[in-house]
Amino acid sequence: MTDQTPVLRLEGVVKTFPGVRALDGVSFDLRPGEVHALMGENGAGKSTLMKVLGGIYDPNEGQIYVAEEPVTIASPMQAKARGVVFIHQELSLADELTVAENIWLGELPLKSFGRVDWNKLYADTDAILETLNVGFDARTRVGDLSIANQQMVEIARALTVDPRAVIFDEPTASLTDAEKVVLFEVIADLQSKGVGIIYISHRMEEIFKITDRISVLRDGQYRGTLNTAETNEEEVTQLMIGRKLDLSRNESHHELGDVALEVRDLSCGELFKDVNFQVRRGEVVGFYGLVGAGRTEIAETIFGLRDPSAGQILLNGEEVRIHSSMDAIARGISLVPEDRKGQGLVLGMNCRDNMTLPQVDDLTAGPFVSDGAEVAIFDQYRDKLDIRTPGWRQTVGNLSGGNQQKIVIGKWLSMHPEVLIVDEPTRGIDVGSKSEIHNLIRDLAAQGYAVIVISSEMPEVLHVSDRIVAMFSGKVMRTFTSEEVTEDSLIQAISGLEGDKVA
Amino acid sequence: MNTQNRKDLLKQGAIWGFIVLELAFFSIAGSFLSVTETAFLSLDNMLLLLQQSAPIGIIALGMTIVMINGNIDLSVGATFALAAIVMLDSLTWPFMQALGDWAIPLSWFFALMTGVVLGAVNGLIVWKTGVDAFIVTLGSMLGFRGLVFMYNGEQPTSHLNWTLVDFAEAQFLGLSTASWFLLGVALILWLLMTRTVHGRNAYAIGNNRDAAVNAGIRVGPHFLLNFILIGFLAALSGVVFSAGTGSVNPNDGMLYELWAITAVVLGGTKLAGGYGSIVSTLGGVIAIQLLRKGLGHIGAGTEVVNLVIGLILIVVLFLDRQLNRKGKEELKI
Repeated sequence: MTDQTPVLRLEGVVKTFPGVRALDGVSFDLRPGEVHALMGENGAGKSTLMKVLGGIYDPNEGQIYVAEEPVTIASPMQAKARGVVFIHQELSLADELTVAENIWLGELPLKSFGRVDWNKLYADTDAILETLNVGFDARTRVGDLSIANQQMVEIARALTVDPRAVIFDEPTASLTDAEKVVLFEVIADLQSKGVGIIYISHRMEEIFKITDRISVLRDGQYRGTLNTAETNEEEVTQLMIGRKLDLSRNESHHELGDVALEVRDLSCGELFKDVNFQVRRGEVVGFYGLVGAGRTEIAETIFGLRDPSAGQILLNGEEVRIHSSMDAIARGISLVPEDRKGQGLVLGMNCRDNMTLPQVDDLTAGPFVSDGAEVAIFDQYRDKLDIRTPGWRQTVGNLSGGNQQKIVIGKWLSMHPEVLIVDEPTRGIDVGSKSEIHNLIRDLAAQGYAVIVISSEMPEVLHVSDRIVAMFSGKVMRTFTSEEVTEDSLIQAISGLEGDKVA
Repeated sequence: MNTQNRKDLLKQGAIWGFIVLELAFFSIAGSFLSVTETAFLSLDNMLLLLQQSAPIGIIALGMTIVMINGNIDLSVGATFALAAIVMLDSLTWPFMQALGDWAIPLSWFFALMTGVVLGAVNGLIVWKTGVDAFIVTLGSMLGFRGLVFMYNGEQPTSHLNWTLVDFAEAQFLGLSTASWFLLGVALILWLLMTRTVHGRNAYAIGNNRDAAVNAGIRVGPHFLLNFILIGFLAALSGVVFSAGTGSVNPNDGMLYELWAITAVVLGGTKLAGGYGSIVSTLGGVIAIQLLRKGLGHIGAGTEVVNLVIGLILIVVLFLDRQLNRKGKEELKI
């Protein structure tokens, strides 16, 4: 292996921001034809490193070599010209434009007078799409594609040049299992052409499935490179967070109370049909299924954000009609939404104001908002949930993902709910904080809350739930207890395979 | 995909459907309510309508580009007035008078350059400071209008040049000069937005600026070019308009920015940018002018016209929202 010249090599790269050393002497090399995982907790410096490679940041020290040639990369275009291509995590597409225009964004083929050469554009694009084996053509509007297909468009961008190195940043975040297979095929294909691939992901199972080597960053420092074949999850995790991690099945069981929430034959148009389930006090019910299976939509219906087309919702045995989120909150239902930054928090506001947002109406002294009462609530939940922030004045946008999520959870706990719905509680949260959130969810159930956890990650569902509801395209396929569930039966259920049904 | 295409067609055809509806309504209502004996739907009337919609129309076409790009320009009305003043006033300068009729193209050049410079000022500020275009052009709207008043105080600027008047009133193939300018500008801008890289990049920038930056598109120069374009077009509009009248008031062109934006939005261009079309804006311009003329035809006053246009604008945006909803199952706000 050592005789191959690395396609990309970094030596002692340092990037400082005022007050922070975001990258502290990072060195690593990418060999042709390898898949090299880059891992680290959120804030470890992965994105900064990528931005340095992509020419968005200038490194303060250190040197980047492309094919052993020292280079300075000053713009995304230069990076691309040298064959270093990025597949961004957050889709970076213009959804009103066609697939072809998006793929060649910034470098549309030209004719005289600055005119676009449409024929060449469409022909080139269709050629690329053919190699990707996708079901749409160059003229399709990107906004009409599914998220997964949009991801494929993003990937197609990498193929417009002859890439030396392709950097995938969390490419599977929004893909279903079937689509992941296609992605891995594309990666394998690139690999066989001698392209070096940097693969950034939080998902261990993928890392171990497709990568050759793993490099780990922690706090901006390079912690070492491991050969994937010679290591295991535990070693990688330890390198990442400096301690061990508990990823076992949920074993603890506590006393279950009465049924807090029951749903009978709930339907909402085409989104989901005839959904039945119960949640008891002290119980965690996990909802597992593919993206688009209707899990989030059920949560939104219970929280009053959608009107059900049929069926009943019973709270403590009484049928209720929930017309708005205000209704839901008044009846003790809280929803920690899927998109923490977009739906859960006002990023520009401080910690205290975010936490007291739903009840600020009641926290008044005369005509003014009572500062003292707000701070008291914040302090209470900061201690209870162990939220690490310099103070309540800190803007939540500056907190880490785990602490942000705790603020959202604290916000709803302060409303004294009976039913707590948590949608994708650890999406985009690093491994260390993940287990903290999991423990928090278990604790909350032990305290008598009825908790619903919606998640797309199997280890998470297995870890926190007392019962698991498996969903497939808007229908409940099967409900498992934590004793009887196996990974195989769960996968079968969410893929729409009936399996042996337990009555 | 098929339903999507149909929906797109519906969206783009909606404004023309609305125009047909207006025509039908005013022809029928006109036959009962009209204060004059002339028919509404006569060729002469329609040609006049096109001519009358030219001043705001030319501006609205430029506004479409700026709005697709994700910006807005509120200073066009002031640019319109300043360019008109520059043209009329420059004709009275001694060396210009010595040139005879050759002074006319030169005066146009001065006026159009005024627009280009003012547009470039807007574009450079937006590019270099990163301040929102709304704020920048709100400032320049007041500032440019200040320049207009500094030029000649409260007095109107007048200069009657008969060659100019003849040119403005000329007709070619049945269309007046102003109409030709409107259609010509529409054609050029349509080609620009659909056929050139600059146009497509403008869509991309308005649609997703981060994506455009990541793809290495230089956002600033595109902004600048589009602001220069709309400055030029606002000046062109001022020149075409004042050529016919030979006189311009310092208050001329006020609220033109809002009429232009109304026409653009009525044509379906997104306020947030990234979506819109020149042809639809042309439809929006004609629809507004039809409404003004039609309501006048059946005896309604200006105040009623404004009220109705305002209502229609809100109804259109509401309908547009309904069209884009996913039915009853969607999230409530």
